[in-house]
Amino acid sequence: MTRAGTTATLIWALTALIAAIIAIRARYTADLSAFLPRRASATQSLLVEQLREGPAAHLIIAAIAGADAETRAAVSQRMALRLRTDPAFLAIDNGNEAQLERDRQLLFEHRYLLSPRVSPQRFTAGGLHAAIGAALDVLASSAGPLVKPLFLRDPTLETLAIIESLDASHARRTAAGVWSSPDGTRALMLARTRASGADIDGQQAACAALESSFAAAIAALPPTRRAALTFIMSGPPVLAVASRATIKSQVWRLSGLSAACIALLLLAVYRSLPVLLLTLVPVASGALAGVAAVAVGFSVVHGITLGFGVTLIGESVDYAIYRFIQRSGDFRRSVWPTIRLGVLTSICGFAALLPSAFPGLSQLGLYSIAGLTAAALVTRFVLPEWLPRAIRIRDLTAVGGYLERLLARLRVARSALLLLALIAATLLYLHRGALWSRELNALSPLPAADMQLDEQLRAAAGAPDTGYIVAVAAGDREAALAAADAVGARLTPLVERGMIGGFDSPTRFLPSLAAQEARRRSLPPAAVLRARLDEALRGLPLTTAKLEPFVRDVEQAREAPPLRQADLAGSSLGLLVDVLLVKGAAGWSALLPVSARDSADLPSAAVAQVRSAVASASVGAELLDLKGEADRLYSGYLSEAVRLAVGGFIGIVLLLFVALRSAARAARVVAPLALSVLTVAALFAALGHALTILHVVGMLLIVAVGSNYALFFDRAATHPGEGSLPLTLASLVLANLATVIAFGVLASSSVPVLADLGSTVAPGTLLALLFAAMLAPPVTRSTVKADLG
Amino acid sequence: MRGPPLAELRERRRTHLRRPLLGCAVLSCVLAIGGQTLASSAAESADESAAFDELLKLLAERRHEHVTFTEVQQLAILDRPLHSSGELLYDAPERLEKRTLAPRREDLVLEHGMLSVERDHHRRSVALRDFPQAVPFVESLRATLAGDRAALTRYFTVQFSGPLGGWTLELTPIDATLKRSVQHIVITGETDRIRTVQIRQSDGDTSTLTIGAEVVP
Repeated sequence: MTRAGTTATLIWALTALIAAIIAIRARYTADLSAFLPRRASATQSLLVEQLREGPAAHLIIAAIAGADAETRAAVSQRMALRLRTDPAFLAIDNGNEAQLERDRQLLFEHRYLLSPRVSPQRFTAGGLHAAIGAALDVLASSAGPLVKPLFLRDPTLETLAIIESLDASHARRTAAGVWSSPDGTRALMLARTRASGADIDGQQAACAALESSFAAAIAALPPTRRAALTFIMSGPPVLAVASRATIKSQVWRLSGLSAACIALLLLAVYRSLPVLLLTLVPVASGALAGVAAVAVGFSVVHGITLGFGVTLIGESVDYAIYRFIQRSGDFRRSVWPTIRLGVLTSICGFAALLPSAFPGLSQLGLYSIAGLTAAALVTRFVLPEWLPRAIRIRDLTAVGGYLERLLARLRVARSALLLLALIAATLLYLHRGALWSRELNALSPLPAADMQLDEQLRAAAGAPDTGYIVAVAAGDREAALAAADAVGARLTPLVERGMIGGFDSPTRFLPSLAAQEARRRSLPPAAVLRARLDEALRGLPLTTAKLEPFVRDVEQAREAPPLRQADLAGSSLGLLVDVLLVKGAAGWSALLPVSARDSADLPSAAVAQVRSAVASASVGAELLDLKGEADRLYSGYLSEAVRLAVGGFIGIVLLLFVALRSAARAARVVAPLALSVLTVAALFAALGHALTILHVVGMLLIVAVGSNYALFFDRAATHPGEGSLPLTLASLVLANLATVIAFGVLASSSVPVLADLGSTVAPGTLLALLFAAMLAPPVTRSTVKADLG
Repeated sequence: MRGPPLAELRERRRTHLRRPLLGCAVLSCVLAIGGQTLASSAAESADESAAFDELLKLLAERRHEHVTFTEVQQLAILDRPLHSSGELLYDAPERLEKRTLAPRREDLVLEHGMLSVERDHHRRSVALRDFPQAVPFVESLRATLAGDRAALTRYFTVQFSGPLGGWTLELTPIDATLKRSVQHIVITGETDRIRTVQIRQSDGDTSTLTIGAEVVP
């Protein structure tokens, strides 16, 4: 080894060590954060915050199916008993009686602070007469047996007023004492995890606790009944955990599989284990450098970025292949410049991704740039030093010769490419409307079955995934509540007019202190109340003396401290308030979900009305269309990705123009790349497969990888003396085979984003090689004999 | 990417606070239903047994009913009874409606095992099977309509006294939970027409439903 070689090796070892340390210490995540923008509007950041840290990110819907209702209920109760003592959960709700009782108790106790009907007017003699008269009508109705036990303490039926002010949606169904799905086939349970959306380890532990509590709960059952029961769960934590597990297993499985396939291929060609191992050195170095760069550049490495790592194998392995197969006498002079330009081209393409607002995309850009640079540098400076003296690689000149003859025949058909370009362009034009998938769901790493299960459980739990929500932002809790009240006052008329089905508000169970104070001040002192009752009860079948419990309760309410959020802890009401009143980074937000009257979707007329009602409250509130917002967010990424990719492409063209110092040569290099991108896009369009952001990334990869091929053909045409054409051809075919294998494996992934990428790049690079070969100008056969060194 | 934050909000919105209200509604409805249509007997004498058989047969033959009712409730907490009135509609064998018109409109419908209550333009529905405490009453209705004496006596101790021209049925719940709220139900009638349904609750309060004239559509 030369002195310079020793230095290079030392630098490599040291860098690899540092990179390994960084990679090991890096934070990895598989949550949604990769899809969330780095620069966001206020609406988007609320959305993002909600998705990552919001209450929904804590919610697991679990269902027990099979056997009979009693067995399911017993299992549900046993599970709940165990889970309620588990610190992994903030709340477990299986709809049992004890919980309902606690809720009813809270509402009853605080009825004079909570009831929207409490006003000074209601406690005048006239107001009391009307209220008690109406209450007597209720007493005579089918609801009579319910209100009778409370009547003497609550003769104006404030408790009922609170209950009826709740959104008029379907009541939960109960079977055998626990919450059940509407069709009565499943016992339902809601679990709220302590771990937030970002803490996937915590959520994984919570999921495991649910599973094991089910296992423990059915352990006591006879085996036949045990076998009949199944447990399923869904919700954002479950999906996040599943996503991470899927990505993790896919990353390992696919990287392993493609590495193995490529290794076998190379072994078959090289017939030399040392050379094979040496080929993998740049690949491994590149992957390590990529991870380390992302870990340094971003605070976390997203799982999907590692998935893209597979893609790096496809390109970085090429360098070593060119190095070994094109046994040129002087690697540095004949092969290296071409590789160098290829790397620069790729970097130029990926650099375009760096400014993306979509962290997933910019991570990919950085990963690729660092990885490819490292792989190329290792190939250039480290690899030669490690080559054993007596290395023997099978001579592929014969194969190359065959390829050369094949190439000559293919070139005849080159005019057909013009036709192909025309057909592809026409296809794209015809499908231009449905070319892109603008739904964020297209990026989910989960298979469709998981999504369906989630929707099913949501529907069963009465939580359809519709997302209209009025978000009210304020500096502190009280201001948020007061603003929510103002918005609520504007929304109520819409409910009365039947425009919307209803809305929720944290103020239903936690009115602002001001509202509570106003209600409290409406309550007259005992003596005054008695006098007013004397007058109010004239003509009614009640006497003031009988209503003494009412007078006592009102007096107590006058003295009681205001209701605080902490007072609601442990009840369903508390859970609701925690959900609807959230403390964010920039203050407090009150959320008022708006529901449609009948269908799950709010008609656009209603949306417009709600929007203007919200605006008229002028308290800094905003109607969010969550699904629409998420899709817009993604749509924004998509347009941005296309813009950046086009920018990257232009950058590549400019780079080639400058490097090759010839417009004609640059055009010859670019043409096959553009044509293969066009063809692949047209293929997807023809197959009715809508393109996602990953396809765009894939196209960029086609250009990055394919540019190497085109550059080698360019070199063969312009510098026929440098390198052997047959060997160049052989190395290109081998490199392309490796790429097709790597991306072909990726295309088989069950993770849609990885499959999209693979199914774009595998055919794309193949076509790029083919087109580059066909479009390359014919060359006089070179006979430069070379050996390794 | 799933699960906008609304998920949980919506979950929680389906508050179960309304359930007891409906539970009571179910109870009183089925009591009314029981009153309207059922009759059963563990008759003592052979004559009465024959009369009860005859009654079951006659009731089962009636396919449609649309009558007025008045209801008087005597509650210990009130100085005077509460009056209400309206119409009862029955279509054999599945549908029963109690339409209260005064003093406060309320529409209670039992159909195919679903009970719905509409008040103040809000309609709420529940499945009867969610309220096991109400099931015996419903089963008694079904059993009566089917002439199924065995099923009736499974839920009630039944006392029938004739003759068919002026009969009385006294139903005492067997179920301990129901016994806590309902002491007994007394139904009187003439041949296939029910005249009164009196429900005595365990706290001593009573409600008496009197069937009035047939409503001619």
